[in-house]
Amino acid sequence: MYKAFLIKYAEIAIKGKNRYIFEDALVEQIKYQLKDVEGKFRIVKEMGRIFVYAESAFDYEETIEALKRVFGIFSICPAVVLEDEGFEKLSEEVAAYVKKLYGDQELTFKVNTRRNKKTYPMQSMEVSSALGGIILDACPNMKVDVHKPDVFVNVEIRSKIYLYSENIPGPGGMPLGTNGSAMLLLSGGIDSPVAGYMIAKRGVKIDAVYFHAPPYTSERAKQKVVDLAKLVARYSGPIRLHVVNFTDIQLYIYDKCPHEELTIIMRRYMMKIAEEFAKKDGCLGLITGESIGQVASQTIHSLAATNEVCTMPVFRPVIGFDKQEIVDVALKINTYETSILPYEDCCTIFVAKHPVTKPNLQVIKRSEEKLQEKIDEMMKEAVETAETIICE
Amino acid sequence: MEAYLDNSATTRCYEEVKDIVVKTMLEDYGNPSAMHLKGVEAENYVKQAAKEIAKTLKVQEKEIFFTSGGTESDNWAVIGTALANSRQGKHIITTPFEHAAVSAPLAWLEKQGYEITEIPVDEKGNLLLERLAETIREDTILVSTMYVNNEMGAVVPAEEIGRIIHEKNPKTLYHVDAVQGYGKYRIYPKKMGIDLLAVSGHKIHGPKGAGFLYINEKAKIQPLLLGGGQQKGMRSGTDNVPGIAGLGVAAKKIYENLEADTARMRELKTYLAAELEKMEQVEINGPEPEKGAPHILNVSFLGVRSEVLLHTLEDRQIYVSAGSACSSHKRAGSASLGALRLSPERKESAIRFSLCEFTTREELAYTLEVLREVLPMLRRYARR
Repeated sequence: MYKAFLIKYAEIAIKGKNRYIFEDALVEQIKYQLKDVEGKFRIVKEMGRIFVYAESAFDYEETIEALKRVFGIFSICPAVVLEDEGFEKLSEEVAAYVKKLYGDQELTFKVNTRRNKKTYPMQSMEVSSALGGIILDACPNMKVDVHKPDVFVNVEIRSKIYLYSENIPGPGGMPLGTNGSAMLLLSGGIDSPVAGYMIAKRGVKIDAVYFHAPPYTSERAKQKVVDLAKLVARYSGPIRLHVVNFTDIQLYIYDKCPHEELTIIMRRYMMKIAEEFAKKDGCLGLITGESIGQVASQTIHSLAATNEVCTMPVFRPVIGFDKQEIVDVALKINTYETSILPYEDCCTIFVAKHPVTKPNLQVIKRSEEKLQEKIDEMMKEAVETAETIICE
Repeated sequence: MEAYLDNSATTRCYEEVKDIVVKTMLEDYGNPSAMHLKGVEAENYVKQAAKEIAKTLKVQEKEIFFTSGGTESDNWAVIGTALANSRQGKHIITTPFEHAAVSAPLAWLEKQGYEITEIPVDEKGNLLLERLAETIREDTILVSTMYVNNEMGAVVPAEEIGRIIHEKNPKTLYHVDAVQGYGKYRIYPKKMGIDLLAVSGHKIHGPKGAGFLYINEKAKIQPLLLGGGQQKGMRSGTDNVPGIAGLGVAAKKIYENLEADTARMRELKTYLAAELEKMEQVEINGPEPEKGAPHILNVSFLGVRSEVLLHTLEDRQIYVSAGSACSSHKRAGSASLGALRLSPERKESAIRFSLCEFTTREELAYTLEVLREVLPMLRRYARR
């Protein structure tokens, strides 16, 4: 039935003179997401809106799923495309369309007409009221409400006539690439993929770093992180994943520092290394999946101690989320199932039975002094020997 | 150097197996059920395989049924006999260390109202056979045991069990999961009182996705796969000709020099065990190396988690498994180690080495050398 989609976007509309940048980015992202969908599409910016036209037979469900992954889309309106064959024919089509869509439901509606083709013999208001009457005849349970209708029936008269009423919600947010890029600290857990998704949703391109600790973490654990990056990349576009071999640093800390401080010191070095990659990749911030109080290393004291090594801003989009709220997003973006695969990650392998929960920065820094001899060299090597995997 | 010591998980195919698999895929690719010449050609491969396998077991060709492998054979044996004999009774006896291919269908049957009894074992993995006779009842329809335990290498005295069962209740069927035993021992079902015997192809240098179930012609069993009526209506589905042909070749070949091959394997395994015992904090699990299966050695390296040691060895191209490879998708400790009441420390650090006829002394020497090198380092960085 549908041959075109009207794409509605929310925040972009308020971007003033930069608006074209956002619209162009949105068009690019729509093209990117539709490239693997069965069918040929043409995407056009016109009169402050974006239209996706199907130019061949296409898979409707797949198309909607793809569009629902494009950040910046507020809603998707599938449209029926009609030739102008006179008002009588139009009336029949509108009646059939509304009946098919809403059947016998008790709804209020309003017809909105936009007449771009000024040669059309009737004026917009006339079209609206005439079609309103026809819908009332066809669907006896529907009533007109011009102030707060349940549904709009939109009719656009141009060289062809477009008819749309359904509103399928998009993901919202901003088009990718309109807000620079940031480096995600990606573990195999539930939280970090969600954090990456949430920042990407604000138009930020993301890259990622993963800390691998062979032989304590397995090849499968690494594969799991690659798989997670690919799942996030379905929304965010290709992710450059840097896999850092972290074993030597971890063992060095284990040798030199008090055991209960291991995790916090380790995380401070992870942040430093992530920042190195961020600088290399031109990122302007770091992203973590931390949430206050979730584990010992995420108490507010620990977060402050970890944050202290960073010069870049650290974005923690799930900071105020409960676990269940994070899980809900993970389920929505389809990362949950992969996240719960039982492979150990490098944060848990040497974890102390009673790690510090209120680290004292002075004490931590004194412990880190014991690492002075080799740590800079080791960090440099970790960065240089990292493997980079493009995940898409 | 590479040392593949995970042969109980799977083995490399024989060259001859590869050749016949390729030939039946590219040249003689007919459907054995087809009426034309191509079909007849393909059928001959299936017949030939059944003949070779029957010869190794001293049974009739018509008692061999091809399946997709060990799991299907075990499922069929357990569920198929339970369904077919439920009027006689609903009592089944098994051991606490069966592979999941047997224990999972048994658990399912338990939910359907069957009664499952386990024969107790001692700490070495030996079944307490004196307790078996007393558990067999009038309504016992099936006893199911392994031949060789896949994790510890303990050998089950199948012949004795067969005798005890049939003396006590001639109607009770005896199923043997011989996935780890076939190709290592000469198993003669008729002599040993075995009514059903499950075998997998890829454990004996054959292809994956192919196996068989021996079914005594007198045993009552219900088919599980219904359809086109292949294999006398007992297992529908187009015959996997490449898999079956490859399985036949592998079965023939593995029995050609069985005594010499297994003696060499046992010698290597005993050497590995003796060298490991010289190291500190190493415990051999399961039966003494001279007993047990010739190809399986289960060892605990105390203070090093199995997974960590496995990945360390993998880095040096040494491939072993932790507990049992089939268990790697489950977090829970291995069922058979649990059954043997080992300490948690021994269970967490258990590694299985499994050999085959291609294993060399050099591979084992290399493995020992690497172990001597890495164990002190791994023990230093323990979780504390």
